[in-house]
Amino acid sequence: MTTLDTERAEVPSSPTAGPWRTAWRDLRRNKVAMGSLVVLIIIVLACIAAPLYESSIAHTDAFTSNVAGTITINGQTVPVLEPSTEGLGLGVNPIAPTWTAQYFLGSDNQGRDVASRILYGGRNTLIIGFASAILCCVLAGIIGIVSGFFGRGVDAVLSRGLDVLWAFPVYLLAICLSVVLISSSLTIGPVTLSSASILLPIVIIGIVYVPYVARPIRGQVMSLREREFVQAAVGAGAPDMRLLRREILPNVLPTIIVFLPLMAAINMLTEAALSFLSIGVQPPDSSWGTIVNDGVGLLYTRPWVAIAPGILLAITAVTLNLLGDGVRDALDPKARLRGAA
Amino acid sequence: MWRFAGKRALAALLVLFAISVLVFLIFFATPGIDPAARIAGRNASQETLTQVRASFGFDRPIWVQYGLMMQHLFINRDLTSFVNRGSQVIPQVMQAIPVTLSLVFGAALIWVVLALIMGVAATAARGTVIDPLILVIGVIGVSLPVFWLGEVVNLVTQSRLHDTVFAWVPQLGYVPLTDGVGPWALHLLFPWLTLAVLYAGIYARVLRSEMVASMNEDYVRMARAKGIGETRVLIRHSLRTSMISIVSLFGLDFGALIGGAALLTEVVFGLQGVGKLTYDSLQNFDLPVILACVLYASFFVVLANFIVDLLYAWLDPRVRHV
Amino acid sequence: MSEPLLDVRDLRVSFRTRTGVVTAVDGISFTVGPGDVVGLVGESGSGKSVSMLSVLGLIDNPNCVIEGQALFKGRDLLTMSDDELRAVRGQEIAMIFQDPMTALTPVYTAGWHISEQIRAHEKVSKKAALARAVQLLDAVGIPNAADRVNSYPHEFSGGMRQRVVIAMALSCNPSLLIADEPTTALDVTIQAQILELLKSLQSEFGSSIVLITHDMGVVSQMSDRVMVMYGGRLAEAGPRREVMRNPLHPYTWGLMASIPPTDGTRVARLAAIPGAPISPGDPDRDHCLFSARCRFVSDTCRPQPELVEHIPGHFDSCVLPFADRVELRRQAMTPLEVAP
Repeated sequence: MTTLDTERAEVPSSPTAGPWRTAWRDLRRNKVAMGSLVVLIIIVLACIAAPLYESSIAHTDAFTSNVAGTITINGQTVPVLEPSTEGLGLGVNPIAPTWTAQYFLGSDNQGRDVASRILYGGRNTLIIGFASAILCCVLAGIIGIVSGFFGRGVDAVLSRGLDVLWAFPVYLLAICLSVVLISSSLTIGPVTLSSASILLPIVIIGIVYVPYVARPIRGQVMSLREREFVQAAVGAGAPDMRLLRREILPNVLPTIIVFLPLMAAINMLTEAALSFLSIGVQPPDSSWGTIVNDGVGLLYTRPWVAIAPGILLAITAVTLNLLGDGVRDALDPKARLRGAA
Repeated sequence: MWRFAGKRALAALLVLFAISVLVFLIFFATPGIDPAARIAGRNASQETLTQVRASFGFDRPIWVQYGLMMQHLFINRDLTSFVNRGSQVIPQVMQAIPVTLSLVFGAALIWVVLALIMGVAATAARGTVIDPLILVIGVIGVSLPVFWLGEVVNLVTQSRLHDTVFAWVPQLGYVPLTDGVGPWALHLLFPWLTLAVLYAGIYARVLRSEMVASMNEDYVRMARAKGIGETRVLIRHSLRTSMISIVSLFGLDFGALIGGAALLTEVVFGLQGVGKLTYDSLQNFDLPVILACVLYASFFVVLANFIVDLLYAWLDPRVRHV
Repeated sequence: MSEPLLDVRDLRVSFRTRTGVVTAVDGISFTVGPGDVVGLVGESGSGKSVSMLSVLGLIDNPNCVIEGQALFKGRDLLTMSDDELRAVRGQEIAMIFQDPMTALTPVYTAGWHISEQIRAHEKVSKKAALARAVQLLDAVGIPNAADRVNSYPHEFSGGMRQRVVIAMALSCNPSLLIADEPTTALDVTIQAQILELLKSLQSEFGSSIVLITHDMGVVSQMSDRVMVMYGGRLAEAGPRREVMRNPLHPYTWGLMASIPPTDGTRVARLAAIPGAPISPGDPDRDHCLFSARCRFVSDTCRPQPELVEHIPGHFDSCVLPFADRVELRRQAMTPLEVAP
């Protein structure tokens, strides 16, 4: 048996997996998050397959107007756009959802197949949402880390800049920038963002939310800087770059990663709102927001044109939010302790 | 407390100034844009352009331009919409403000009350089925595009079920408070509910998570050790402390609300508020109106944040000395 | 011998977890008489706090299982209804906690807190309660009590805050005060003041005190009786002087030895009890729980020893022969060869 020993008693060490592997394992166990991920992947794949759907299944063009076209249902020839019998008899009545391969969700008031347009529009919405989220998180990460780590002058300038940017109500800022830059393109050095490019919404939405993400990151970096293990490294004479790479970045990375799906959801909804107001994605491109806008005029007669893209937006945002919650629970050690008790 | 309020007021003024500068720079300093043409609107005549150039000082240094712009907007208030020829912009905005305020405050009241009820209920019932239910409501609420939700509500109340369940729902539009509280509230009911759905769930969720965390805190245990009843502990100790985070969340959200969700709600429900005005002017590219709307809207956001700061300090005495 | 105020019989507290049953308190029995000051000593995880929290029903965990009896003035606290228990808390048994900063809800003033406690048990007006609060703050030595009654917790220093908590605890004249590490979060200089305060209040009001601490120094200042807990069980219990002059249990020897001496030669190395406390989740508990860290361990340490009264009033649970204890203690105090 053990005897009294003035030396320190041995504490057995247990082999633990690294934090990333543990987090991934926790995430996989989270059924809600995994289910959301699956739904999200399905939606993404469906949108990627838009041309396939258009040519092989629907056999209808998502982009060119089809005002005088007809399709065959049950052997009968039905015009895609019928003259409207309501009101003054002006305007057209697009075909209702057929729930078959052709014009699955009906047509909009230019005779285009709504279902195909939704898949194509989804591409833009998803691209803008993810790209702007990545842009936002990367920029915010850099600014937050630099500001929090170096402090003093650099921090003062950057923080005030962020404060001013955030003081501007975020949607209004996006609206102002969009209005200005859509009416004329923007040239920064060799890079030109033409008004019709979807890079414009990506850049605008990405920048507008930077303060939202940068502030918590800056706060975390500042408190990390004061922690013992960083002080120890500083005391050992470690150069700044090594500190950043070894001590700061690995601890801040989880926070940034948690923001990604959440910002993607927020950004997608922002883009949809801007497009709904006609200052987001510009024709001939479409996004879920523009399609809802198209459908407003048809709301009481052909509601599916407006409803369907909204449902998809909601589902995608829900999956991203649930996934984001799951990622946060998996990466947050405190949450893990609570869950394990 | 007064010193705190004074400091915050000063900060608010600085923020307003910064916003006005930023707006000015965006619209007038972006390279490759002719400001005069933008103010004059499309298809403006040569005389109008010269008039505008003189009035706004476009041949003078940029800070003079800024000064003149601010003068036109706030002091002279003679900015006219060049697209709707001759109609004064500022009075238009002034008329629109009560509409927006009615919408926002009514909705906020509803969602805060809902969130309080749901949050406290979720805390009292933690561990049971009600808890994740509230979580789900919250996530769905925040994921719905508000403009889409508004359209769906309209579809149901104005069209599909208008003859049966929702026959009492009036036409879209706004009725001023002076015409009676009843009609005013009735017209605003569904816009209020649409906005409230968006936020109630998420606020309930935050409140619940704060309250559940607080139940493990020492001061709750101390309160119980004093022999205080469980309900009083929940409300007077747990809720009171957790409310603070709701207030700060509200402050953050208000800004996004005014320029975003409120704007979209006004558009969808045909309420002639600042948001609808902004939207209409966007369609026509009526720059003076856009400018005025953005600045006046920002003013209210800053004012609201200031009030929220005061409320926060009133609720949490620890902040007052900062 | 008067009726004991608090009579705890075979108290057991355990928690059901995903990985099994965790035993925090493993069958302790003791009494607290009127006017007694009892020191409950042990390291973190020994179960000292949990035992007193469970007696008052303050453990808010649905997976907690409490067995045994806790008779207060003849009534079993563990079987009382919620309403009855609430009437006891604060009014007959008061409890103060370790960290005064987190013990007071930060958004209310000191006066509000004290007044809330008073009005929870007595029918008094707000004004009357507030007036009493001022008196109480004065009694615990807070200068300028009439002003300070409207101050918030964060506006007090640590020591003052603890005084406010003490004032609050005594506001309804409880017969028993449970103090859970009342000085641990405070400066050493303030510690002494707080203990003095507790002593003077105890003699003035006549309440009994259960003083929970890990600090033998605190115990030696205040208690009439000492109880040493280890691994959820009582290792030793007896009158203070007895236990401190003539400790019987090897764990108590370790505790006494680890107090740095303030006189005599300077020690080259501070004595520590090697090893780590037993894990409460370990199901194998049928032996003396200290044996893994004891240099005198042998086969007789299994099964679990009983608490034996070798000297009147002085109990311990070690199986070493009673006659050898003094000699064995001397041996234990001699440091072993230190490796170079």
